[in-house]
Amino acid sequence: MLNSSTQCEMTSGGFCFDNARRNAVLEAELSEKGYKAPKARKTGTTIAGMVFKDGVILGADTRATDDMVVADKNCMKIHYIAPNIYCCGAGVAADAEILTQMMSSNIELHSLSTGRPPLVVTVTRQIKQKLFRYQGHIGSSLIVGGVDVDGPQLYSIFPHGSYDKLPFLTMGSGAAAAVSVFEDRFKAKMELEEAKQLVRDAITAGIFCDLGSGSNVDLCVITEKGVDYLRGYDRPSQKGQREGSYRYKLGTTPVLTKTVTPLTLDVVEESIKTMDTQ
Amino acid sequence: WAPLSSSPHTNSTTIMAVEFDGGVVIGADSRTTTGAYIANRVTDKLTPIHDRIFCCRSGSAADTQAIADAVSYQLGFHSIELDEPPLVQTAANLFKQMCYRYREELMAGIIVAGWDKRRGGQVYTVPMGGMLVRQPVSVGGSGSSYIYGFIDSKYKSGMTKEECLRFTADALALAMERDGSSGGVVRLAAITESGLERSVILGNQLPTFFSA
Repeated sequence: MLNSSTQCEMTSGGFCFDNARRNAVLEAELSEKGYKAPKARKTGTTIAGMVFKDGVILGADTRATDDMVVADKNCMKIHYIAPNIYCCGAGVAADAEILTQMMSSNIELHSLSTGRPPLVVTVTRQIKQKLFRYQGHIGSSLIVGGVDVDGPQLYSIFPHGSYDKLPFLTMGSGAAAAVSVFEDRFKAKMELEEAKQLVRDAITAGIFCDLGSGSNVDLCVITEKGVDYLRGYDRPSQKGQREGSYRYKLGTTPVLTKTVTPLTLDVVEESIKTMDTQ
Repeated sequence: WAPLSSSPHTNSTTIMAVEFDGGVVIGADSRTTTGAYIANRVTDKLTPIHDRIFCCRSGSAADTQAIADAVSYQLGFHSIELDEPPLVQTAANLFKQMCYRYREELMAGIIVAGWDKRRGGQVYTVPMGGMLVRQPVSVGGSGSSYIYGFIDSKYKSGMTKEECLRFTADALALAMERDGSSGGVVRLAAITESGLERSVILGNQLPTFFSA
């Protein structure tokens, strides 16, 4: 038991803001020399979640951007935390990825220690306490959703460590587009198919109306019975079929002279690497 | 236009608390903004710290949520050690100690209100900077500027619980009308010895006043 004499004193452990001060000093020093601190790659995203009759549905687009270039056309933004809890991540890609992986490990250990399946509030509290400790420098905005003994729940967590518990949520650069779809058509206790369609429509609004979001819609349906991870549930922006042929006929450009210089090359090493071109 | 999550998530707000004989009435609006985007239009800014002690949060959402969690833990522990319900003054002092010590880093304006056996209903305000003072009626947040005149002219001591509830709802409605950072619904709570009564006044049921 803790000593009552130390109870009302502030333990020096409390909130530690030393790293925030160090970062501010480093940025000032760098800008003096004319360098800019490197910018982290953000996902520029639309993520959404809603509570329906039997559980929660999480949705996300699949585009990862590096400033104005699409770095990944089909990335996974819905991360596994526990068998009954998944998490969508927006903001800095690396931060969201690593944070959710660390949380997943911690939650598994915690669940083994308590001997009970994990609670969504536990995940939310651990994430928000870590984000608050880093004062917003971990740039990940998350939507945590899951079904546990307290029923289906949905929480949003912002980079500075604040959280909100709501029946429907959207985050990322496409949040404004997606939330308009929810505000129009959301009802409490919707049926599964209608709810999936609504989340799909919300993410699609983000894909079409936000430059930072695109490619496909991923859905994750979590109910008491289990999880249905629908990767590539909808592909609204597939490459179209080219109508005409623009190839020039053979012989359009006449050949005047031809010189062949053979190069003798030996094959030293051969390796095959498959590329994901879809 | 997209909401920038890099802007801090704030409860630019209107919060209010009034003492009456036998308890307190507390109230708040329900808007949380990230820049100009409303991230949560049904926020609950009246946070329980203990069975009969609440706090009204304004300022940075992250800071006030973290402070409220820390103080609830400390107060709960203290109450178990004492083996009796904690004093509102104790809760208020815990808030003050945290808000004053970390005053440069935090952005939190908090009103602590509740009932205890020693002094009945009490309202303590802990604005940004970490001051602590007990007041019979207290308002806070960005919307409070617009209702100081209303509070000063309409408040009288010795009001009943129902009068306090009506007074708080009127004041918050006026502030929400004028302050862009306040809006949504009005959340009210009355804390007395016998317990807690929470209520919500939806947008279309708010008291109406003259509008130009």
